[in-house]
Amino acid sequence: MVSIDVWNASVDFPIFDAKSRSLKKLALGKVGGKIESEGRVPIIEALHDITLSLKDGDRVGLVGHNGAGKSTLLRLLAGIYEPTRGHSRIIGKVAPVFDLGVGMDPEISGYENIMIRGLFLGMSRKQMETRVDDIAQFTELGDYLQMPLRTYSTGMRVRLALGVVTSINPEILLLDEGIGAVDAAFMAKARDRLKDLVARSGLLVFANHSDEFLAEFCDKAIWMDEGHVKMFGGLREVLTAYKGFDPFERHQQHEETPVLSGNGGE
Amino acid sequence: MQATSTLDQAEAPPAVKSRSFKRAFADVREAWDHRELWGHLGWQDIKQRYRRSVIGPLWITISMGTTALALGLLYSVLFTTNVPTFLPYVTVGFIVWNFILGCITEGTDVFIANEGLIKHLPAPITVHVMRMVWRQVLFLAHNLVVYALVLAIFFTALNHPYTITKGGIEHPGLSWTMVLAIPGFVLLAVNAVWIALLFGVISTRFRDIPPVVNSFINLVFFMTPIVWDTGVLQKVTGSGSDNDWRMLIAELNPVYHFVEIVRAPLIGHAIDWHHWAIVGGFTVVGWLAALVILRNYRARVSYWV
Repeated sequence: MVSIDVWNASVDFPIFDAKSRSLKKLALGKVGGKIESEGRVPIIEALHDITLSLKDGDRVGLVGHNGAGKSTLLRLLAGIYEPTRGHSRIIGKVAPVFDLGVGMDPEISGYENIMIRGLFLGMSRKQMETRVDDIAQFTELGDYLQMPLRTYSTGMRVRLALGVVTSINPEILLLDEGIGAVDAAFMAKARDRLKDLVARSGLLVFANHSDEFLAEFCDKAIWMDEGHVKMFGGLREVLTAYKGFDPFERHQQHEETPVLSGNGGE
Repeated sequence: MQATSTLDQAEAPPAVKSRSFKRAFADVREAWDHRELWGHLGWQDIKQRYRRSVIGPLWITISMGTTALALGLLYSVLFTTNVPTFLPYVTVGFIVWNFILGCITEGTDVFIANEGLIKHLPAPITVHVMRMVWRQVLFLAHNLVVYALVLAIFFTALNHPYTITKGGIEHPGLSWTMVLAIPGFVLLAVNAVWIALLFGVISTRFRDIPPVVNSFINLVFFMTPIVWDTGVLQKVTGSGSDNDWRMLIAELNPVYHFVEIVRAPLIGHAIDWHHWAIVGGFTVVGWLAALVILRNYRARVSYWV
């Protein structure tokens, strides 16, 4: 049974500037008498008092302005950040697809990156070897898979990352923005796979600005604002509150236009 | 607004706290379960470093060979020792030292260098340490070729009792004790893991540590009996007795003991069990310290990098 539970969790980042990250200052600070240890290192409160309960079958969209804490929340849900206050409990195998530039080695080939991603996501080498052909076919990268990743465009990286993640049967899938960088034709192809995956895997959390993507994959939504969960509920309901109008009314009028026209929705 | 009812929300926060020895042990254990991952990454690191060079990782072997040859010849002249016995001594000492050096200097950098992976993929932090130590093991494996060559050339000088420095202790020569190098090295690698964990976490928080370590590590090299041997100290003190304070130059240096448990068997030196006892002590104390650090700061590493 897959689930993510978070109780009153906060994520605070200490910001060490060059000076306070040194031993010198720590030592001198002791000699010089009392300095508020609270005040010495500035803290950014990225997430504040989050309480969430996600379970099997939840497909949750994540909306909010830039800097509202969407990416940090995804990392909290992935278990990368353990809450500084409060608790979290993650049951299930997590597959995150975050910032596509980082976490992949630009100097090694696409194949190698597929392998390493897979191993990080808890697959064995043998299991990955059987999947490599499938991934190669899905991503349509062909001979490019032999090339170093630095020669790839952003869209090609998205393809690669999606290819790996959709092939490994994760239980919890966390997608950050950036997925929109692929072209519509590929997205249409990825959609089936993602849907299939979402159907199999327990849980999806998907941060995106595009109403179409959200409508496609999610039925619930979280609205993040200034590190709080401002609203958690049905997708349409939350989006209406977030945008101030109902985004899906518009779509029902333009039924003929392809849903994924690649205009990014905003 | 909560869409889920209160029933859905699990009743109470779990009893397992983030800061517990259970989680610290779990981190190490899960890292071990991920051995395919760090095994692969370690190889990848080596292959990548020599990706576009013609002879590839053979450069590791060549650079070690030339360094050992030059240092061995130079210091055997300086100390007026016998080249056929002194050159293998320097070679093996230098190979082992290189492993220790790599583990310490790269250990301080292990989490900082892996910032991207730590922030993007959930994995036990010990994985990054294991990858680094495994990479150092592979470097050492490349350097063993040099050892094999040196051993082949100077075998006749080492297979009977010999002394390195005139008046120093007599060594029994190569024998079955050679196999002791294997447990010796395993013990060394086990220590490398805690050293990298400890230094890695502390350096991630205090960024002064890596430069400090890098500037003092050269001093440690010269203080450790690698290009000189303890026989020289014994000659200086006259009697060869262990009680002279000048012998402490070597004895108080932990690196000496770590080097010795691997080096002595490989070149047929007398096996001195007190080195093993000291290394054993370090293993226990060091791992305890690393586990305490892991317990308290494991979850902070992703915040600090």
